[in-house]
Amino acid sequence: MTPADVVFLFLGAVTLGSAVLVVTTRQLVHAALWLVVTFGALAASYLLLTAEFVAWVQVLIYVGAVVVLLLFGIMLTRAPIGRSEGLDSANRPVAIAVAAATAALLVTVVVAGFREAYVELGDPPAGTSGQMGASIFRTWVLPFEVLSLLLLAALIGAIVLSRREIQPPGESSDERPTERPTGPGRG
Amino acid sequence: MDGYFGSYLVVALLAGLGVAVVGGAFTAGRLLRAQRPTPEKLITYECGVDPVGEGWAQSYVRYYVFAYLYVVFAVDAVFLFPWATVFAAPGYGAVTLVEMFVFLGIIAVGLLYAWKKGVLTWV
Amino acid sequence: MHIVYPAVVAALLFSVGVYGVLARRNAILVLMSVELMLNAVNLNLVAFDVWLGDALRGGQVLTLFVIVIAAAEVGLGLAIVLLVFRNRQTVQIDALRDLADRDAEPAERPEQVSTEIS
Repeated sequence: MTPADVVFLFLGAVTLGSAVLVVTTRQLVHAALWLVVTFGALAASYLLLTAEFVAWVQVLIYVGAVVVLLLFGIMLTRAPIGRSEGLDSANRPVAIAVAAATAALLVTVVVAGFREAYVELGDPPAGTSGQMGASIFRTWVLPFEVLSLLLLAALIGAIVLSRREIQPPGESSDERPTERPTGPGRG
Repeated sequence: MDGYFGSYLVVALLAGLGVAVVGGAFTAGRLLRAQRPTPEKLITYECGVDPVGEGWAQSYVRYYVFAYLYVVFAVDAVFLFPWATVFAAPGYGAVTLVEMFVFLGIIAVGLLYAWKKGVLTWV
Repeated sequence: MHIVYPAVVAALLFSVGVYGVLARRNAILVLMSVELMLNAVNLNLVAFDVWLGDALRGGQVLTLFVIVIAAAEVGLGLAIVLLVFRNRQTVQIDALRDLADRDAEPAERPEQVSTEIS
């Protein structure tokens, strides 16, 4: 056991513990905050694996942006503050069985296949931003450009889907805001 | 303190020091403060009057589009970092420069769409 | 470092995500569990890329792309959830059964606004 192994096992325990709390907590907002801990521990794991650019992207995108988006979703669906009942559906035992079977299968296969695999971490690091830039802009340019189309489609889709206002649950749904677009673009 | 792990060890120590300072301050405050809880102290403070309604009253789906615009542009800013390290290096040059601006241009079409649809105006 | 540690952590994280997707009723919690599964895949990609010492860094670049795709996916998913909430005033996914294929007479639906598909 090298020091890197010990640190990674600690980070893995943090990741898994907070992930379990994400899927079991009874408070919606707490689930989003435990998700921050999970993503942060994963970012530290990437740092330990010397993939530092991926680690900081994880911090920027997941911790910084995706969690904010999820919190916006919680806020806009007017989730109750504090404990809320009925977050788990009736097929929880089946879910536990399926998840346990998945875990058993995957762990068995992975341990059987890669018990001996060992990598010496350290210098030079495997993924600085310079190295990532070199491989993105030398080899992976086309997927990178396609990503911009994907982001454009997602952005337009989100705008189209959420153009009218959410109504509070009590109000009648008849008189909705009549801000209807007139262009041909509403699909 | 050289090399990859040495430099990040400094970062980890600094982060640990920060957590220790803040945590220590909060723990000291918890130990030293007077504690006389009353129900009134748990109410949200609204300039001295009792709060009206619930806290989600001002949340509109319009804000969701702002948040999503932020996410999309955070994502494309992420690709600017590796691009900035290589585009001036020998062997990249104008092609890499153009590739990045194509990427930014396509996403800017989305911003233009949002602007045309009046999403960006504040109401 | 033994590469089996990140692989096992990723496998367990994926299983936790599977449990969350199957057991949760709130659509936003389901989206969070999907994010957990995507992150498990990312951890695998990074670990095996570092292990193989890929000259093209395909694993790490694919991780970046997966992160971007996940951001796009969660944005659209939440927009759909918000649209459902706007029309139904609920985000409980087991309450959304209008597309269910059943033989019996149509159950009485809650007074539901005509989902105007514009």
